[in-house]
Amino acid sequence: MSITRDEVAHLARLSRLALGEEELDNLAVQLDAIVSAVARVQEVAAEDIPPTTHALPITNVFRPDEVRPSLSSAEALSGAPAAEEERFRVPRILEEED
Amino acid sequence: MTTLVPFDEALARYAPVLGIETHIELGTASKMFCGCPTEFGGAPNTHVCPVCLGMPGSLPVVNEKAIEYAIRIGLALNCSIADWCRFARKNYFYPDMPKDFQISQYDEPICFDGYLDVEVEGETYRIGIERAHLEEDTGKSTHVGGATGRIHGASHSLVDYNRAGIPLIEIVTKPIEATGEMAPLVARAYATELRELVRALGASDVRMEEGSMRCDVNVSLMPKDASEWGTRTETKNVNSLRSVERSVRHEIERQAAVLDAGQAVLQETRHFHENTGTTSPGRSKSDAQDYRYFPEPDLVPVAPARAWVEEIRAALPELPAARRVRVKAAWSLSDEELRDVINAGALDLIEETITAGASPAAARKWWMNELSRTATAQGVELSALPVTAGQVARIQALVDAGELNDKLARKVFEGVLAGEGTPDEVVAARGLKVVSDEGELVAIVDKVIADNADAAQKVRDGKVAAAGALVGAVMKASRGQADAARAREIILERLGQS
Repeated sequence: MSITRDEVAHLARLSRLALGEEELDNLAVQLDAIVSAVARVQEVAAEDIPPTTHALPITNVFRPDEVRPSLSSAEALSGAPAAEEERFRVPRILEEED
Repeated sequence: MTTLVPFDEALARYAPVLGIETHIELGTASKMFCGCPTEFGGAPNTHVCPVCLGMPGSLPVVNEKAIEYAIRIGLALNCSIADWCRFARKNYFYPDMPKDFQISQYDEPICFDGYLDVEVEGETYRIGIERAHLEEDTGKSTHVGGATGRIHGASHSLVDYNRAGIPLIEIVTKPIEATGEMAPLVARAYATELRELVRALGASDVRMEEGSMRCDVNVSLMPKDASEWGTRTETKNVNSLRSVERSVRHEIERQAAVLDAGQAVLQETRHFHENTGTTSPGRSKSDAQDYRYFPEPDLVPVAPARAWVEEIRAALPELPAARRVRVKAAWSLSDEELRDVINAGALDLIEETITAGASPAAARKWWMNELSRTATAQGVELSALPVTAGQVARIQALVDAGELNDKLARKVFEGVLAGEGTPDEVVAARGLKVVSDEGELVAIVDKVIADNADAAQKVRDGKVAAAGALVGAVMKASRGQADAARAREIILERLGQS
């Protein structure tokens, strides 16, 4: 398992992050080190151990379909960096470049 | 300007393959993973809480009713129900979900491998269902500063998260092949049947105009003698049944022109335009989709007990296809009459009226004639008229008992629709009763005979047809409240013709 510079560039584009050439070089090395470290788990994963996605061996944790009080818009927006017309204001959404 | 090939010409050379993805908001009271209400509308950001706002430390918990509705829909679509399945995170960079991901299902849908039969012009098409999975709806963005609310050229955007987290089921068909020139109609029939089905199941209000049901329509063309499918386009958020049909038709005409010119169809998302019936390119799909799905660590797997699934199956209501067969026979309708009843939205109303005691013929007559005309004139749905099935049945009962004739019954409807009260209150208030007092009727007849000596003489001479004019005069004199048949009998009696 390794991560390439191209993959980092692709992720940066999806995340709309403008990374310079030098940053790409550095991040590719760093991310590769991180991914490789985590990948060591696979070395101990024997064939008789199924992939685990949850620490608890339980299923079907449900709640009844009951409405509970929501926040007011003032409360909801209290932590927002910017708000307008009772809505969260976000910067211009960048479209896919062609 | 997009070049198009006329539809018939396109179909002479190419075979279309369709795929339809339908998002339906489930009719739960609360959201998929939190207790916020799902009600349509509401002031912005007032149906939100730390869970659906994606606040740190908040944890989602699955709404049991949404699971039940999904299973109900899956069973009605002849699907298998997963023994065990998980939710997954679909990651993307767009502010319509505050978490920066949408909780969905990836390779473990709750329902899979089913079908839905639809009928087009007497022919049955079996539409395969690939899967139906659960996910949460996204928030609603408004783009400010650009032309007509488009994202292009906007200076910033505003987001309302009231809709974020409302449970959605996404129903994905298998490729729909070999429909030829019927493709647009088959697509529309599928969307129509699916809507009817989900409505009958009580699992959603399926209002396309409010966005609680939305279709994405995939179309590709291949040369008629080819065996390999062409490149598909996906037309997003097609929001009416008519648009489903039109978008398929347009994509066939457009893609045929692209292929005829020796060019390649681009795999892309396209937008449908209601006003022109055309599509235009959206983002190109191949490079935009990198969702990095992984199992949602905040939720444990869903493993519906077989006993629960069977309980839900046993409680399924009569499904639309079976109901149509039953109603057609029970009400003695032709295919065309049945279609008219369904298109008028009168099926439930007529059935309720029959349950309340009216005959099928009478119930259908009132809803399809008198009341349909009124609804059309007022520009409202039949079901929105201020008259109940029980009231229609009561008016018919008065007709059957001889207390009202058709003309008076129409006046009673007029009164009920005008909010003057129940049928009995309108009858009393307006004095609308057939003159059943025999003496009173005889007196009116005698006066009419005296006033119309010529016509009366003709009847005496054996021209029974002339009695029609006298009956008319009696009805006029009684202001429509006489029993016309009885009046006729009395006239003929008095003039020696019975």
